[in-house]
Amino acid sequence: MRKMTEMAILQRLSSKRRLWRFHGGIHIPDEKDLSNACAIEPIPLPARLVIPLQQHIGAPARALIGVGERVLKGQMIAEPVGFISAPVHASSSGLVVAIEQHPVPHPSGLSALCALIETDGEDRWAELPPPLTDYPQLDPGLIRERIRWAGVVGMGGASFPTSVKLSPGTDREIQTLVINGAECEPYITCDDRLMRERAGHILEGVRIMHHLLGVKEVLIGIEDNKPEAIEAMRLALAETDMHAYTEVVAIPTLYPSGGEKQLIRILTGKEVPTNGIPAQIGIVCQNVGSAAAVADAVLDGRPLISRVVTVTGRAIAHPRNLEVPVGTTADHLIAHCGGYRATPRKLLCGGPMMGFELKQTETPVTKSSNCVLALTAEESPSADAALACIRCGRCAEVCPAKLLPQQLYWHARSKDLDRIQDYNLFDCIECGCCAQVCPSHIPLVQYYRYAKTEIWAREQEKRKSELARARHAAKQARLERQEQERQARLRKQKAALEAKSAGDADPKQVAIEAARRRAAAKKPGASVQRTDTPRD
Amino acid sequence: MKPSVVSSPHVPRVNRVDRLMLQVLVALVPGIVAMIWFFGWGVLINITLAVSFAVAAEAAIMLARRRPPMVAIGDLSAVVTAVLFAISVPPTLPWWLTLLGMVFAIVLVKQLYGGMGYNPFNPAMAAYVFLLISYPVAMTTWLAPNMLAEHHLSFLESLRIILQGAPPTGLDWDAISSATPLDEMRGKLDMDMTIEQIRQSPLWGAFGGRGWEWVGNWFLLGGVYLLWRRIITWHIPVSMLLGLLVCAGIFWSIEPQTHPFPAFHLFSGAAILGAFFIATDPVTACTTKKGQLVFGATIGVLVYVIRSWGGYPDAVAFAVLLMNIAAPTIDYYTQPRVFGHGGERG
Repeated sequence: MRKMTEMAILQRLSSKRRLWRFHGGIHIPDEKDLSNACAIEPIPLPARLVIPLQQHIGAPARALIGVGERVLKGQMIAEPVGFISAPVHASSSGLVVAIEQHPVPHPSGLSALCALIETDGEDRWAELPPPLTDYPQLDPGLIRERIRWAGVVGMGGASFPTSVKLSPGTDREIQTLVINGAECEPYITCDDRLMRERAGHILEGVRIMHHLLGVKEVLIGIEDNKPEAIEAMRLALAETDMHAYTEVVAIPTLYPSGGEKQLIRILTGKEVPTNGIPAQIGIVCQNVGSAAAVADAVLDGRPLISRVVTVTGRAIAHPRNLEVPVGTTADHLIAHCGGYRATPRKLLCGGPMMGFELKQTETPVTKSSNCVLALTAEESPSADAALACIRCGRCAEVCPAKLLPQQLYWHARSKDLDRIQDYNLFDCIECGCCAQVCPSHIPLVQYYRYAKTEIWAREQEKRKSELARARHAAKQARLERQEQERQARLRKQKAALEAKSAGDADPKQVAIEAARRRAAAKKPGASVQRTDTPRD
Repeated sequence: MKPSVVSSPHVPRVNRVDRLMLQVLVALVPGIVAMIWFFGWGVLINITLAVSFAVAAEAAIMLARRRPPMVAIGDLSAVVTAVLFAISVPPTLPWWLTLLGMVFAIVLVKQLYGGMGYNPFNPAMAAYVFLLISYPVAMTTWLAPNMLAEHHLSFLESLRIILQGAPPTGLDWDAISSATPLDEMRGKLDMDMTIEQIRQSPLWGAFGGRGWEWVGNWFLLGGVYLLWRRIITWHIPVSMLLGLLVCAGIFWSIEPQTHPFPAFHLFSGAAILGAFFIATDPVTACTTKKGQLVFGATIGVLVYVIRSWGGYPDAVAFAVLLMNIAAPTIDYYTQPRVFGHGGERG
């Protein structure tokens, strides 16, 4: 009987919305069944947390704690500096044993400033701000401030401060809020499980964001390889009063539909302009995880100190979805999943298409780490030597940005950094479709990253040299000015002296002066030069 | 630049150059079988010789360039070049011309430009044209298709012609050779005969030359296979054949007595083979979709122009080489609109 009503609800809420498609994209084995049956479970508190003090895009946060201090769970340990910034909180209680450089999840395996916290096992909460359950009556600024305080950032990977995205300014009218539940990367199932298990909570967060943005419609896009998540979200939606403006839209499974620009295109048909942001076309896009974190912050007064992480891959003994305190290291996660069942060939942070290799297993989970992926040699065979590009154009056929990857490659190889920008290198989202289909096995994305880095470096160099030139010019001007001033002063003195000598030149005085000089010159020890030095 | 860290994606690659080339070879099989059926063992002998010469030339030049020879041989591109060359030349071509052609194609046209992927011209077609200009008689002496031939060459007879460069004693060229339909058509039209009169000849079948017309169909079958396996896209073959058909159609509808009907153009000579297997060579063709349409259509028009008013009866090789030069420029002016760069909104 209950099933019947559910069926009716799902029938009623099934989306008949027109969908658009983006150019290219690829179908890849999604490998999600390794972990999508595993419910989210908590992980035992690690003995040590490594919490990076910057986990967002924007200005680095300023540390608020010192070595030897005790911190409580949820206590802010680094505060935001500037508008586009986010704070960091301690994810458990314990002792700060060090604040030092430590490997962080980064494509180049960089280290960054981290707070090392030895947990005390009590997991004692700091005093938290009161829940804002009556937020519709409150000043929106207050709610945004709460979200900012909670350190909520984009949890789909970009980690842009959420509060900034929720403050589009008065000059821009936002019509549509897009909630990204596409999860198009293979293997990853954390958003899937989150939607299945905490659909209501996600929708609470969506409601808050809807309130803050004043949008007309909310579109929740989920790839249709996650029917359970779609169903759970629709059923949860039916229990709210949000279905007047909210729609859960099943989108075709096609990588990279979860890319922000691609998802917006699929759901609205609009294209985010190049170098632009979605707000320019009246859209704000947020990840489902971020929506849940917003609900935590506003309704529970809880900062973002943990997230769901999928630990998977065929090298992992028991793939799982874990609720992980931020700062837990990858080795702890892997150990909790039974360790390795086979020798991993690669340990990745993120999915296989866009993730990067973790050089060290002590690398911590951050707010934007959605997956720890251990791939066997069969899943990720070592690349054959790349052959020459045969210009087959398969890369261009699959490119979601509609670029000509073979031309980008050509110009990246020849280091023609101007030409490569003519071919719109910076519209590349590094999704990896081109490299996946390349019959010559050229590591295309690597070439694009290299070219981008080179261009950034060159621009920085240019800025530096412009600055140096400006400094040089300023120095020249200063010297010239000083010289002119000196000349002017000399002229003035000379004129004054001439006027003086012309005015009161007394022969008697001159004779006395000359006599005095002679006398001084005869004095032993006295320097002739000194006396002869003209005084001015 | 030498990539130092392995970058994403970390998934197995789905395509391989050697497998693409192998698919092309598989797709050529029906057409080759048909050619052997109509023109005898010479076709097979030529293929064998050309492949051996091409692979040897590839290995030699790679060694001379101090590169591992197996990398170049393993990608099978030299084999594809050799097969395309061998089925374009007469089945009686002396072996040393095949050798010359393959050395020219592999060493000069391909490897001296940098090897696989860097050659601006289609190696098989460049070799074909080189020989056609240098040895016009040998390159245009075609065998009569089997239903018209007075004498069917045995395997050994074919081998002897190829190795010795002359028919075995007791046979002369007239007994075994015959003008190709395109040659016949041109020659007779030049003698002011009408299409109707020309078609009285026993050479003519339903819509092209007898025998010849069916070879095209088998290559078409292979072409469809390539499309189905997504080795090629429809853009170049369809636009090239349409370009040819439209040109032929226009002139035929104006003056049907002196212009052969469009299907004749389609099923004579190398039009089908060229459209699906030669113009689609990715290295030397356009890569943008719009560019491929321009590239293909222009080849089609050029084929018609050269066949009708040029100095050579068939024109696919010339048309393809001409457009090879133009491909980079066409690509530059036919770039697709990049995502987020204005245009189709909403």
